[in-house]
Amino acid sequence: MHYQFDFGALLPYWQSFLSGALTTIEITVFSVIIGLGIGIACAIARRSQVAVLRAVVGVYIEAVRNTPFIVQIFFIFFGLSSVGIRMPIIAASVFAMVINVGAYTAEIVRAGMDSIHPSQIEAAQALGLSKFQIYRDIIMLPAIERVYPSLSSQFILMMLATSICSQISAEELTGVANNIQSNTFRSLETYFVVALLYIAITYLMRAAFFGLGLIAFPRRRRLGLGV
Amino acid sequence: MSVAVKLTNVVKRFGELEVLKGVSFEINSGEVVALIGQSGSGKSTALRCINQLETIQGGSIEVCGHRVEDPKLDVRALRRDIGMVFQSYNLFPHMTVAQNIMLALRRVKGMRKDEAYEVAKPVLAKVGLSEKIDSYPEQLSGGQQQRVAIARSLAMQPKVMLFDEVTSALDPKLTGEVLRVMEDLARGGMTMIVVTHEMGFAKRAANRVIYMHTGKVWETGGADILSNPQTPELKEFMAEEL
Amino acid sequence: MFGAFSTNHLIYLLDGLLWTVILSALAFLLGGIAGFFVMLARISRFRWLRRVALVYIQIVQGTPLLIQMFILYFGLGVFGISVPPLAAAGLGMMVYTSSYLGEIWRGAVGSIAKTQFEAAECLGLTRWQALQDVILPQALKIATPPTVGFLVQLVKNTSLASVVGFLELTRAAQVINNSLFQPFLVFGVAAFFYFCVCYPLSAWSRSLERKLNVGRR
Ligand SMILES: Nc1ncnc2c1ncn2[C@@H]1O[C@H](COP(=O)(O)OP(=O)(O)OP(=O)(O)O)[C@@H](O)[C@H]1O
Ligand SMILES: [Mg+2]
Repeated sequence: MHYQFDFGALLPYWQSFLSGALTTIEITVFSVIIGLGIGIACAIARRSQVAVLRAVVGVYIEAVRNTPFIVQIFFIFFGLSSVGIRMPIIAASVFAMVINVGAYTAEIVRAGMDSIHPSQIEAAQALGLSKFQIYRDIIMLPAIERVYPSLSSQFILMMLATSICSQISAEELTGVANNIQSNTFRSLETYFVVALLYIAITYLMRAAFFGLGLIAFPRRRRLGLGV
Repeated sequence: MSVAVKLTNVVKRFGELEVLKGVSFEINSGEVVALIGQSGSGKSTALRCINQLETIQGGSIEVCGHRVEDPKLDVRALRRDIGMVFQSYNLFPHMTVAQNIMLALRRVKGMRKDEAYEVAKPVLAKVGLSEKIDSYPEQLSGGQQQRVAIARSLAMQPKVMLFDEVTSALDPKLTGEVLRVMEDLARGGMTMIVVTHEMGFAKRAANRVIYMHTGKVWETGGADILSNPQTPELKEFMAEEL
Repeated sequence: MFGAFSTNHLIYLLDGLLWTVILSALAFLLGGIAGFFVMLARISRFRWLRRVALVYIQIVQGTPLLIQMFILYFGLGVFGISVPPLAAAGLGMMVYTSSYLGEIWRGAVGSIAKTQFEAAECLGLTRWQALQDVILPQALKIATPPTVGFLVQLVKNTSLASVVGFLELTRAAQVINNSLFQPFLVFGVAAFFYFCVCYPLSAWSRSLERKLNVGRR
């Protein structure tokens, strides 16, 4: 059987595609920024002296990392609405994403912190740096710099995971595609276009992380040494 | 006397960098040749071209009847005739000494396990390590590992052996035990090209010395050129080596 | 209006869990085989083959699994090929798995020093023999922890087969929730089941990783 591809039928929808892509990027940016903060906090908590704190954070991280995102988002979105809390869909999406990004980031950042040699900290102490300075400049920044590649590929994976938000009817790229294909009956074409858009966003993110790395780390390294 | 290895105007480039600039020399069967020269002069590259670990850009190389630069060359046949020992031993860490030696016998020569074992035993005895036959490489000292590497090559009965600074990673005591094995081999009539910084070994065991400088054969002759260099470069090199 | 969560529901979920495990195993097996060839292509002597493999990996790793599932589902439909849901889901998961495992394994093979390859070649072994006898046995050790770690991702991602109608754990939970409307309970139980499969794998992967690092000193 021969199938006639008809990408022309999708042309009237270009604005929808674009707005879907923008929504995907927005969800990603918000959840990465907030999630990164939570992840760093959790990484610090994982190394804390307080056993209870370590345990609580550990349970959070393991629970998130060992269950599927789609189940988490159903749990949160349908769960909350079942007890009468109606969250806007995008807010619920970002909320679920943040929880995820936080847990994954925490593990990566912790690995980075563990890789800082104790002698570095001793050297900083010998120089008379304050505890906070040591944490920021000797442990945290070098740790993040070291795991920066893992972090950025994790964030790209998280961006791809936002497509799952379509399952609670979020109007991001995949959600938009689901609507368009049911209007046009051009499912295959629609998903091909969307796949290309995702690849474009992936490259965009790679480029952004590359640029960010160039800007962020040389400068901060100097700052760290200058303290 | 038949020619075992013959290089004619060999040119080797890595991108822009010309590492061998028309290298020519001949080595007869049974000869032991020491290849010496400063770091970066192209000694390792020359050895690697001989068994086609590197492809050459110009000139020709002939080894035991194989034309190395020929596109139709049977590389495996070439390598069956050449044994090579590296500075970093390159034993296979997941195999015992016996397995290291038997691997090529079984896979390349198609021997059965027990046949290969019967070949491995005397070769290992030759390098003085019979009792280590079931050890893993990490259980051996550097010198012992290097002797196993030599045995591994010898087991294939190559016609020519190439040695690339095989003692550079070893301390003097271990260097001695490896050099003794190599001198035994030399006395046994093996054709050998030995890249080395061990001038003592060169004087004792080499029939001929080739001094390379900036990618060219700069001076060549009997072992006596080491004590009586003709070119200022070799003179300076010898002074640095002492 | 809400029914009670009963043993029948639990059995229904356990049945879904079984299919999740079956789909994971199938994807791992097929994806592993395909991933091995992806790895071979990535280290091939032929530049064009390396390129093709790289493009394949970048496409698969640059698009959401959900989209891949849709493309496969509608694609097969469009060409009039009707396959059972297990096969459709399995095929989608296989593509996804092959690209990630291919990349993980290529990394492991690449971490074995080039000199090991050279030593084998100098002894007259063919490329394939060198790979088989010298490189792969060493790479296997290095590749095991990340492979087990990937298994966790794989099990979790089979949940996306639910969107093309494959009745595994997540789909089963949705079906039950549609009639009971107790999302916290139903999805909580489903999440717990996933956790019971994934957590041991995560822990195993971590302990393998630790052992490997100790072994290397
Ligand atoms: N694979 C390669 N790619 C690029 N340049 C190379 C490569 N291998 C060697 N070279 C260069 O070729 C030159 C000669 O290297 P070679 O290893 O042959 O020197 P050598 O005489 O063996 O030195 P050494 O005593 O340090 O071992 C060096 O400048 C080196 O940097
Ligand atoms: Mg060298």
